Amino acid sequence: MKSANQLITARDSHESWRPLIEVAAREVFELMLGSQLTLPENAAAPTPHDVTAMVGLAGQLCGLLSFCCDKKAAALVTSKMLGVEQDKVSPTEMADALGEISNMVAGNFKNKVSGLGDGCMLSPPTVITGSDYSTYALADSPGLEVRMLFESMPVLITLQIHS
Amino acid sequence: MPISALIVDDSSVMRKIVERSLRQAGIELAKVSEAGNGAEALAALQENKFDLILCDINMPVMDGLEFVKALSGVDNAKGVPVVMITTEGSEAHVVQALSAGARGYIRKPFTPEQVKEQVVPILAGKP
Repeated sequence: MKSANQLITARDSHESWRPLIEVAAREVFELMLGSQLTLPENAAAPTPHDVTAMVGLAGQLCGLLSFCCDKKAAALVTSKMLGVEQDKVSPTEMADALGEISNMVAGNFKNKVSGLGDGCMLSPPTVITGSDYSTYALADSPGLEVRMLFESMPVLITLQIHS
Repeated sequence: MPISALIVDDSSVMRKIVERSLRQAGIELAKVSEAGNGAEALAALQENKFDLILCDINMPVMDGLEFVKALSGVDNAKGVPVVMITTEGSEAHVVQALSAGARGYIRKPFTPEQVKEQVVPILAGKP
């Protein structure tokens, strides 16, 4: 029997998982923040990445899910999660909140992939602040990028699959 | 009657969200204590007794399942219901948690209504 990872890497693309990531992210923002994520008109527009939160996936599906946005969006996410004003949000709280967002999106996504929930574990989140960095993923295929808008601000969710 | 609750999660933001959700669910809280992992929660239980424990699964040092299993040896935890709140939503995880001694299971992301549905019957002593 092929693992979920073998199945997905056998395909030409990961496009079939895009709607699952979108729904997973929408549910997290709707239930935990009371905000709607929408799709941008220009899906190719670059997303600022002042804050990047990452969660590793291991087991039947190995890879990395990351959530990127700018500082303003990160502060608003944190403010909505905590129920406090944006100017009261500390950098530690911002990192914690974005880490939880990436954790919940990754968990919600894997629970939506049939048969994957039991066989895929999540790492604790890692959060990078600052935009002057590059990532080099030892992935088998290009990452699946999902661009969405949070309160008109762009956010980017990327899923890198390793085998 | 107001209750005392212990919220166990490695995310301080999530601990605050869980506390707020309990209040939004109409549960009166006399006292709320927080712990960042299972080991910290066990330490809190050495000195305090709670009416309800809400616990994440994936945490450093001691995870939620280990914590629930360890509660059988803690006097202050006897009869105290534990509700897991976690991103681990698979059936196997639910079965594992309930077998370990948890009374309820809430998947993240969640709403205050879902917290109410799980927690209120447990506090009322319903199976």
